[in-house]
Amino acid sequence: MALAAAYPHGGLLLASPVRVLVRLMELLPSAAFWQAVGNSSLRIFGGFLLSCVLAIPLAALAAGSRWVRELLAPLAAVVKAAPVASFIILALVWLDAGSLSLFISALMVFPPVYLNLLEGLRRTDPKLLELARVYRIPFRRQLWGIYLPQALPYVRSAASLALGLCWKAGAAAEVIGLPAGTIGERLYTAKVYLQTPDLFAWTVVILVLSALFEKVFLAVVDALAGKVGG
Amino acid sequence: MEIRAENLRKSYGGKAVLAGFSAVFPPGITCIAAPSGTGKTTLLRLLLRLEAPDSGCVAADCRWAAVFQEDRLLENLSAAANLRFALGAVPPEAAALLESLGLPPEDAQPVRTWSGGMRRRLALARALLAPSDALALDEPFTGLDAESRARCLERIREAGKKKPVLLVTHDLTGLEDLPVLRLDSAWKGGANETI
Repeated sequence: MALAAAYPHGGLLLASPVRVLVRLMELLPSAAFWQAVGNSSLRIFGGFLLSCVLAIPLAALAAGSRWVRELLAPLAAVVKAAPVASFIILALVWLDAGSLSLFISALMVFPPVYLNLLEGLRRTDPKLLELARVYRIPFRRQLWGIYLPQALPYVRSAASLALGLCWKAGAAAEVIGLPAGTIGERLYTAKVYLQTPDLFAWTVVILVLSALFEKVFLAVVDALAGKVGG
Repeated sequence: MEIRAENLRKSYGGKAVLAGFSAVFPPGITCIAAPSGTGKTTLLRLLLRLEAPDSGCVAADCRWAAVFQEDRLLENLSAAANLRFALGAVPPEAAALLESLGLPPEDAQPVRTWSGGMRRRLALARALLAPSDALALDEPFTGLDAESRARCLERIREAGKKKPVLLVTHDLTGLEDLPVLRLDSAWKGGANETI
Protein backbone atom coordinates (compact mmCIF):
# COMPACT_ATOMS: atom_id res chain seq x y z
CA MET A 1 0.00 0.00 0.00
CA ALA A 2 2.75 2.35 1.00
CA LEU A 3 4.64 1.55 -2.19
CA ALA A 4 1.57 2.02 -4.30
CA ALA A 5 1.02 5.37 -2.59
CA ALA A 6 4.60 6.38 -3.33
CA TYR A 7 4.15 5.56 -7.03
CA PRO A 8 0.65 6.84 -7.86
CA HIS A 9 1.34 6.76 -11.63
CA GLY A 10 3.17 3.41 -11.62
CA GLY A 11 6.91 3.26 -12.37
CA LEU A 12 8.05 1.12 -9.49
CA LEU A 13 8.99 -1.80 -11.73
CA LEU A 14 9.43 0.08 -14.98
CA ALA A 15 10.06 3.77 -15.41
CA SER A 16 8.60 5.41 -18.51
CA PRO A 17 11.09 6.80 -21.05
CA VAL A 18 9.82 10.30 -20.32
CA ARG A 19 10.50 9.96 -16.57
CA VAL A 20 13.94 8.52 -17.28
CA LEU A 21 14.71 11.42 -19.61
CA VAL A 22 13.45 13.95 -17.08
CA ARG A 23 15.59 12.35 -14.37
CA LEU A 24 18.61 12.41 -16.68
CA MET A 25 18.06 16.10 -17.32
CA GLU A 26 17.94 16.66 -13.58
CA LEU A 27 21.16 14.72 -13.06
CA LEU A 28 23.14 16.29 -15.89
CA PRO A 29 23.83 19.72 -14.35
CA SER A 30 24.95 18.32 -10.98
CA ALA A 31 28.63 18.09 -10.13
CA ALA A 32 28.03 14.72 -8.44
CA PHE A 33 26.85 13.29 -11.76
CA TRP A 34 30.02 14.27 -13.60
CA GLN A 35 32.14 13.14 -10.69
CA ALA A 36 30.52 9.70 -10.82
CA VAL A 37 30.92 9.56 -14.60
CA GLY A 38 34.56 10.64 -14.32
CA ASN A 39 35.46 8.23 -11.54
CA SER A 40 33.83 5.24 -13.18
CA SER A 41 35.17 6.05 -16.65
CA LEU A 42 38.67 6.47 -15.31
CA ARG A 43 38.63 3.11 -13.57
CA ILE A 44 36.74 1.08 -16.15
CA PHE A 45 38.44 2.47 -19.24
CA GLY A 46 41.71 2.43 -17.28
CA GLY A 47 41.13 -1.29 -16.75
CA PHE A 48 40.53 -1.71 -20.47
CA LEU A 49 43.75 0.10 -21.36
CA LEU A 50 45.72 -1.76 -18.69
CA SER A 51 44.46 -5.04 -20.09
CA CYS A 52 45.43 -4.01 -23.64
CA VAL A 53 48.90 -3.03 -22.43
CA LEU A 54 49.29 -6.54 -20.96
CA ALA A 55 47.44 -8.53 -23.63
CA ILE A 56 49.18 -7.04 -26.70
CA PRO A 57 52.79 -7.96 -25.81
CA LEU A 58 51.67 -11.29 -24.36
CA ALA A 59 49.79 -12.14 -27.57
CA ALA A 60 52.90 -11.15 -29.56
CA LEU A 61 55.02 -13.42 -27.36
CA ALA A 62 52.49 -16.25 -27.54
CA ALA A 63 52.31 -16.00 -31.34
CA GLY A 64 56.01 -16.78 -31.48
CA SER A 65 56.24 -19.24 -28.61
CA ARG A 66 54.21 -22.38 -28.05
CA TRP A 67 55.40 -22.42 -24.46
CA VAL A 68 53.89 -18.99 -23.69
CA ARG A 69 50.73 -19.97 -25.58
CA GLU A 70 50.25 -23.10 -23.51
CA LEU A 71 51.06 -21.26 -20.28
CA LEU A 72 48.41 -18.59 -20.90
CA ALA A 73 45.72 -20.83 -22.41
CA PRO A 74 44.25 -22.03 -19.06
CA LEU A 75 44.22 -18.47 -17.66
CA ALA A 76 42.35 -17.12 -20.67
CA ALA A 77 39.94 -20.07 -20.64
CA VAL A 78 39.15 -19.72 -16.91
CA VAL A 79 38.61 -15.96 -17.07
CA LYS A 80 36.44 -16.39 -20.15
CA ALA A 81 34.20 -19.05 -18.61
CA ALA A 82 33.99 -18.21 -14.87
CA PRO A 83 31.16 -15.94 -13.62
CA VAL A 84 32.25 -12.35 -13.16
CA ALA A 85 30.56 -12.25 -9.70
CA SER A 86 32.97 -14.93 -8.46
CA PHE A 87 35.94 -12.80 -9.47
CA ILE A 88 34.41 -9.68 -7.94
CA ILE A 89 33.84 -11.34 -4.56
CA LEU A 90 37.28 -12.92 -4.62
CA ALA A 91 38.94 -9.63 -5.61
CA LEU A 92 37.15 -7.81 -2.78
CA VAL A 93 39.22 -9.91 -0.39
CA TRP A 94 42.46 -8.68 -1.92
CA LEU A 95 41.69 -5.18 -3.13
CA ASP A 96 40.03 -2.03 -1.85
CA ALA A 97 36.72 -1.04 -3.37
CA GLY A 98 38.33 1.76 -5.38
CA SER A 99 40.61 -0.57 -7.36
CA LEU A 100 38.01 -3.28 -7.77
CA SER A 101 36.34 -2.03 -10.95
CA LEU A 102 39.72 -1.33 -12.57
CA PHE A 103 40.90 -4.86 -11.81
CA ILE A 104 37.65 -6.54 -12.84
CA SER A 105 37.32 -4.67 -16.13
CA ALA A 106 40.98 -5.42 -16.91
CA LEU A 107 40.38 -9.09 -16.13
CA MET A 108 37.29 -9.33 -18.32
CA VAL A 109 38.95 -7.55 -21.24
CA PHE A 110 42.07 -9.70 -21.23
CA PRO A 111 40.70 -12.90 -22.85
CA PRO A 112 39.00 -11.34 -25.90
CA VAL A 113 41.90 -8.95 -26.63
CA TYR A 114 44.59 -11.56 -26.04
CA LEU A 115 42.85 -14.39 -27.91
CA ASN A 116 41.74 -12.29 -30.89
CA LEU A 117 45.11 -10.66 -31.31
CA LEU A 118 46.85 -14.02 -31.01
CA GLU A 119 44.57 -15.41 -33.70
CA GLY A 120 45.33 -12.41 -35.93
CA LEU A 121 49.08 -12.69 -35.46
CA ARG A 122 49.05 -16.44 -36.10
CA ARG A 123 47.34 -15.78 -39.42
CA THR A 124 50.11 -13.43 -40.56
CA ASP A 125 50.92 -14.19 -44.18
CA PRO A 126 54.05 -16.40 -44.09
CA LYS A 127 54.83 -15.41 -47.67
CA LEU A 128 55.21 -11.77 -46.66
CA LEU A 129 57.43 -12.84 -43.77
CA GLU A 130 59.61 -14.73 -46.27
CA LEU A 131 59.78 -11.61 -48.41
CA ALA A 132 60.91 -9.67 -45.33
CA ARG A 133 63.56 -12.28 -44.63
CA VAL A 134 64.99 -12.26 -48.16
CA TYR A 135 65.00 -8.46 -48.40
CA ARG A 136 66.30 -8.18 -44.81
CA ILE A 137 63.51 -5.84 -43.80
CA PRO A 138 64.00 -4.64 -40.20
CA PHE A 139 61.43 -5.72 -37.63
CA ARG A 140 60.08 -2.21 -37.10
CA ARG A 141 59.12 -1.98 -40.78
CA GLN A 142 57.70 -5.52 -40.70
CA LEU A 143 55.56 -4.50 -37.75
CA TRP A 144 54.14 -1.56 -39.66
CA GLY A 145 53.77 -3.29 -43.04
CA ILE A 146 52.93 -6.90 -42.18
CA TYR A 147 51.92 -7.50 -38.56
CA LEU A 148 49.79 -4.42 -37.85
CA PRO A 149 47.61 -4.65 -40.97
CA GLN A 150 47.04 -8.30 -40.15
CA ALA A 151 46.33 -7.76 -36.46
CA LEU A 152 44.28 -4.55 -36.54
CA PRO A 153 40.99 -6.06 -37.80
CA TYR A 154 41.24 -8.61 -34.97
CA VAL A 155 42.04 -5.86 -32.44
CA ARG A 156 39.07 -3.91 -33.75
CA SER A 157 36.58 -6.72 -33.26
CA ALA A 158 38.12 -7.61 -29.87
CA ALA A 159 37.96 -3.98 -28.71
CA SER A 160 34.35 -3.69 -29.79
CA LEU A 161 33.45 -6.75 -27.73
CA ALA A 162 35.74 -5.94 -24.80
CA LEU A 163 34.59 -2.34 -24.32
CA GLY A 164 31.00 -3.52 -23.82
CA LEU A 165 32.21 -6.27 -21.49
CA CYS A 166 34.37 -4.00 -19.36
CA TRP A 167 31.52 -1.55 -18.73
CA LYS A 168 29.20 -4.40 -17.76
CA ALA A 169 31.72 -6.04 -15.46
CA GLY A 170 33.10 -2.75 -14.11
CA ALA A 171 29.65 -1.44 -13.18
CA ALA A 172 28.81 -4.78 -11.51
CA ALA A 173 32.05 -4.53 -9.52
CA GLU A 174 31.15 -1.02 -8.41
CA VAL A 175 27.66 -2.10 -7.35
CA ILE A 176 29.20 -4.82 -5.17
CA GLY A 177 32.29 -2.93 -3.97
CA LEU A 178 30.50 0.45 -3.60
CA PRO A 179 33.45 2.81 -4.11
CA ALA A 180 32.34 6.35 -3.24
CA GLY A 181 31.30 8.72 -6.04
CA THR A 182 30.88 6.18 -8.81
CA ILE A 183 28.10 5.11 -11.14
CA GLY A 184 27.93 1.73 -9.38
CA GLU A 185 27.29 3.41 -6.05
CA ARG A 186 24.52 5.52 -7.60
CA LEU A 187 22.97 2.41 -9.13
CA TYR A 188 23.02 0.69 -5.75
CA THR A 189 21.45 3.69 -4.01
CA ALA A 190 18.74 3.81 -6.66
CA LYS A 191 18.01 0.14 -6.05
CA VAL A 192 17.93 0.46 -2.25
CA TYR A 193 15.56 3.43 -2.32
CA LEU A 194 13.46 1.97 -5.17
CA GLN A 195 14.30 4.98 -7.34
CA THR A 196 13.51 3.20 -10.58
CA PRO A 197 13.90 6.26 -12.84
CA ASP A 198 17.37 6.81 -11.35
CA LEU A 199 18.24 3.18 -11.96
CA PHE A 200 17.19 3.48 -15.61
CA ALA A 201 18.86 6.86 -16.01
CA TRP A 202 22.21 5.56 -14.75
CA THR A 203 21.84 2.48 -16.95
CA VAL A 204 21.35 4.78 -19.93
CA VAL A 205 24.48 6.68 -18.87
CA ILE A 206 26.46 3.42 -18.83
CA LEU A 207 25.15 2.49 -22.29
CA VAL A 208 26.03 5.92 -23.68
CA LEU A 209 29.51 5.87 -22.14
CA SER A 210 30.15 2.35 -23.44
CA ALA A 211 29.05 3.34 -26.95
CA LEU A 212 31.05 6.58 -26.81
CA PHE A 213 34.28 4.91 -25.69
CA GLU A 214 33.80 2.21 -28.33
CA LYS A 215 33.30 4.78 -31.06
CA VAL A 216 36.35 6.82 -30.06
CA PHE A 217 38.60 3.79 -29.65
CA LEU A 218 37.51 2.24 -32.95
CA ALA A 219 38.04 5.57 -34.71
CA VAL A 220 41.64 5.54 -33.42
CA VAL A 221 42.09 1.93 -34.62
CA ASP A 222 40.59 2.80 -38.03
CA ALA A 223 42.85 5.84 -38.36
CA LEU A 224 45.83 3.62 -37.62
CA ALA A 225 44.61 0.98 -40.07
CA GLY A 226 44.47 3.62 -42.80
CA LYS A 227 48.17 4.34 -42.33
CA VAL A 228 49.55 0.82 -42.42
CA GLY A 229 50.11 -1.51 -45.35
CA GLY A 230 48.89 -5.04 -45.98
CA MET B 1 80.49 -13.35 -56.81
CA GLU B 2 79.29 -16.83 -57.69
CA ILE B 3 76.66 -19.01 -56.05
CA ARG B 4 77.70 -22.58 -55.33
CA ALA B 5 75.24 -25.32 -54.44
CA GLU B 6 76.79 -28.57 -53.27
CA ASN B 7 75.00 -31.90 -53.21
CA LEU B 8 71.64 -30.48 -52.18
CA ARG B 9 69.05 -33.03 -51.12
CA LYS B 10 65.50 -32.23 -50.19
CA SER B 11 62.52 -34.52 -49.67
CA TYR B 12 58.94 -33.87 -48.67
CA GLY B 13 57.07 -36.71 -47.03
CA GLY B 14 59.64 -39.23 -48.19
CA LYS B 15 59.46 -38.04 -51.81
CA ALA B 16 62.78 -36.73 -53.09
CA VAL B 17 62.45 -33.38 -54.85
CA LEU B 18 66.16 -32.72 -55.16
CA ALA B 19 68.62 -35.56 -54.79
CA GLY B 20 72.23 -34.48 -54.87
CA PHE B 21 71.97 -31.25 -56.85
CA SER B 22 75.25 -29.42 -57.35
CA ALA B 23 75.90 -26.38 -59.48
CA VAL B 24 77.92 -23.20 -59.69
CA PHE B 25 76.15 -20.06 -60.85
CA PRO B 26 78.59 -17.35 -62.00
CA PRO B 27 77.56 -13.74 -62.69
CA GLY B 28 75.13 -13.64 -65.61
CA ILE B 29 71.72 -15.04 -66.27
CA THR B 30 71.08 -18.75 -65.83
CA CYS B 31 67.69 -19.96 -66.96
CA ILE B 32 66.25 -22.83 -65.01
CA ALA B 33 63.65 -24.70 -67.01
CA ALA B 34 61.74 -27.77 -65.99
CA PRO B 35 58.27 -29.27 -65.96
CA SER B 36 56.06 -28.58 -62.94
CA GLY B 37 56.94 -30.40 -59.75
CA THR B 38 60.58 -31.03 -60.59
CA GLY B 39 61.98 -28.84 -57.85
CA LYS B 40 62.61 -25.44 -59.47
CA THR B 41 60.96 -23.50 -56.67
CA THR B 42 62.45 -25.79 -54.04
CA LEU B 43 65.90 -25.11 -55.47
CA LEU B 44 65.34 -21.36 -55.27
CA ARG B 45 64.01 -21.65 -51.71
CA LEU B 46 67.12 -23.58 -50.67
CA LEU B 47 69.39 -21.03 -52.32
CA LEU B 48 67.49 -18.17 -50.66
CA ARG B 49 67.81 -20.05 -47.37
CA LEU B 50 64.08 -20.03 -46.83
CA GLU B 51 64.33 -23.77 -46.23
CA ALA B 52 67.17 -25.92 -45.03
CA PRO B 53 68.29 -28.82 -47.23
CA ASP B 54 68.17 -32.34 -45.80
CA SER B 55 71.86 -32.43 -46.67
CA GLY B 56 74.33 -30.45 -48.75
CA CYS B 57 74.95 -26.74 -48.58
CA VAL B 58 74.83 -23.43 -50.38
CA ALA B 59 78.27 -21.90 -50.29
CA ALA B 60 77.52 -18.21 -50.55
CA ASP B 61 76.27 -15.90 -47.87
CA CYS B 62 75.13 -13.32 -50.34
CA ARG B 63 72.41 -10.76 -50.23
CA TRP B 64 69.54 -11.85 -52.45
CA ALA B 65 66.65 -10.05 -54.05
CA ALA B 66 63.84 -12.13 -55.45
CA VAL B 67 60.67 -12.28 -57.44
CA PHE B 68 58.57 -15.06 -55.96
CA GLN B 69 55.90 -17.14 -57.66
CA GLU B 70 53.40 -14.69 -56.16
CA ASP B 71 53.84 -10.91 -56.29
CA ARG B 72 53.99 -10.56 -52.48
CA LEU B 73 53.09 -6.87 -52.48
CA LEU B 74 51.38 -4.91 -49.71
CA GLU B 75 48.00 -4.60 -51.36
CA ASN B 76 46.82 -1.42 -49.65
CA LEU B 77 49.94 0.58 -50.39
CA SER B 78 51.03 2.44 -53.50
CA ALA B 79 53.96 1.33 -55.66
CA ALA B 80 56.26 3.88 -54.00
CA ALA B 81 55.18 2.77 -50.51
CA ASN B 82 55.79 -0.86 -51.47
CA LEU B 83 59.32 0.05 -52.54
CA ARG B 84 59.84 2.01 -49.33
CA PHE B 85 58.65 -0.98 -47.30
CA ALA B 86 61.03 -3.43 -48.97
CA LEU B 87 64.02 -1.17 -49.55
CA GLY B 88 63.75 1.41 -46.77
CA ALA B 89 63.55 4.29 -49.24
CA VAL B 90 62.63 4.84 -52.86
CA PRO B 91 65.95 4.87 -54.75
CA PRO B 92 66.55 7.83 -57.10
CA GLU B 93 66.64 5.49 -60.11
CA ALA B 94 63.22 4.01 -59.25
CA ALA B 95 61.14 6.42 -61.33
CA ALA B 96 63.18 5.75 -64.47
CA LEU B 97 63.07 1.99 -63.94
CA LEU B 98 59.33 1.96 -63.30
CA GLU B 99 58.76 4.02 -66.44
CA SER B 100 60.98 1.74 -68.48
CA LEU B 101 58.80 -1.17 -67.30
CA GLY B 102 55.67 0.72 -68.34
CA LEU B 103 54.56 1.55 -64.78
CA PRO B 104 53.35 4.96 -63.54
CA PRO B 105 55.91 6.00 -60.88
CA GLU B 106 53.73 8.73 -59.36
CA ASP B 107 50.54 6.66 -59.06
CA ALA B 108 49.35 6.98 -55.46
CA GLN B 109 46.64 4.33 -55.85
CA PRO B 110 47.00 1.13 -53.82
CA VAL B 111 48.52 -1.62 -55.94
CA ARG B 112 45.41 -3.76 -55.44
CA THR B 113 43.81 -1.51 -58.06
CA TRP B 114 46.54 -2.38 -60.57
CA SER B 115 46.29 -5.16 -63.15
CA GLY B 116 48.05 -8.48 -62.59
CA GLY B 117 50.71 -7.61 -65.18
CA MET B 118 51.46 -4.25 -63.56
CA ARG B 119 51.81 -5.86 -60.16
CA ARG B 120 54.15 -8.48 -61.58
CA ARG B 121 56.34 -5.78 -63.10
CA LEU B 122 56.37 -3.91 -59.79
CA ALA B 123 57.53 -7.09 -58.03
CA LEU B 124 60.33 -7.31 -60.60
CA ALA B 125 61.19 -3.61 -60.19
CA ARG B 126 61.45 -4.13 -56.43
CA ALA B 127 63.93 -6.97 -56.97
CA LEU B 128 65.96 -5.00 -59.52
CA LEU B 129 66.15 -1.92 -57.27
CA ALA B 130 67.08 -3.79 -54.09
CA PRO B 131 70.77 -3.74 -53.18
CA SER B 132 71.76 -7.36 -53.80
CA ASP B 133 74.57 -9.70 -54.81
CA ALA B 134 72.27 -12.09 -56.68
CA LEU B 135 68.77 -12.27 -58.09
CA ALA B 136 66.32 -15.15 -57.94
CA LEU B 137 63.41 -14.71 -60.33
CA ASP B 138 60.65 -17.31 -60.18
CA GLU B 139 58.48 -17.05 -63.31
CA PRO B 140 58.83 -13.24 -63.48
CA PHE B 141 56.96 -13.04 -66.81
CA THR B 142 53.70 -14.53 -65.56
CA GLY B 143 50.74 -12.53 -66.85
CA LEU B 144 52.84 -10.24 -69.07
CA ASP B 145 52.13 -9.51 -72.72
CA ALA B 146 54.92 -9.74 -75.30
CA GLU B 147 55.85 -6.05 -75.08
CA SER B 148 56.02 -5.99 -71.27
CA ARG B 149 57.96 -9.23 -71.28
CA ALA B 150 60.53 -7.74 -73.66
CA ARG B 151 60.90 -4.63 -71.46
CA CYS B 152 61.36 -6.76 -68.35
CA LEU B 153 63.86 -9.04 -70.07
CA GLU B 154 65.93 -6.07 -71.15
CA ARG B 155 66.21 -4.89 -67.51
CA ILE B 156 66.99 -8.41 -66.31
CA ARG B 157 69.79 -8.69 -68.88
CA GLU B 158 71.26 -5.44 -67.55
CA ALA B 159 71.21 -6.84 -64.02
CA GLY B 160 72.83 -10.06 -65.29
CA LYS B 161 75.91 -8.12 -66.37
CA LYS B 162 76.78 -7.46 -62.72
CA LYS B 163 75.57 -10.45 -60.70
CA PRO B 164 74.23 -13.99 -60.87
CA VAL B 165 70.59 -14.04 -61.96
CA LEU B 166 68.67 -17.29 -61.62
CA LEU B 167 65.68 -17.11 -63.91
CA VAL B 168 63.11 -19.83 -63.46
CA THR B 169 60.77 -19.97 -66.43
CA HIS B 170 58.80 -22.51 -68.40
CA ASP B 171 58.87 -20.33 -71.53
CA LEU B 172 62.33 -19.80 -73.02
CA THR B 173 61.18 -17.47 -75.82
CA GLY B 174 63.78 -14.70 -76.24
CA LEU B 175 66.19 -16.47 -73.91
CA GLU B 176 67.74 -18.80 -76.49
CA ASP B 177 71.20 -17.25 -76.15
CA LEU B 178 71.35 -17.87 -72.40
CA PRO B 179 72.60 -20.96 -70.56
CA VAL B 180 69.76 -23.19 -69.51
CA LEU B 181 69.77 -25.56 -66.59
CA ARG B 182 67.14 -28.20 -67.26
CA LEU B 183 65.83 -29.82 -64.15
CA ASP B 184 64.04 -33.06 -64.82
CA SER B 185 63.70 -36.48 -63.31
CA ALA B 186 67.28 -37.37 -64.38
CA TRP B 187 68.56 -34.75 -61.93
CA LYS B 188 67.14 -36.62 -59.05
CA GLY B 189 69.77 -39.28 -59.33
CA GLY B 190 72.41 -36.71 -58.48
CA ALA B 191 74.27 -34.46 -60.83
CA ASN B 192 76.95 -31.84 -61.02
CA GLU B 193 76.76 -28.91 -63.27
CA THR B 194 78.85 -25.85 -63.87
CA ILE B 195 76.99 -23.23 -65.78
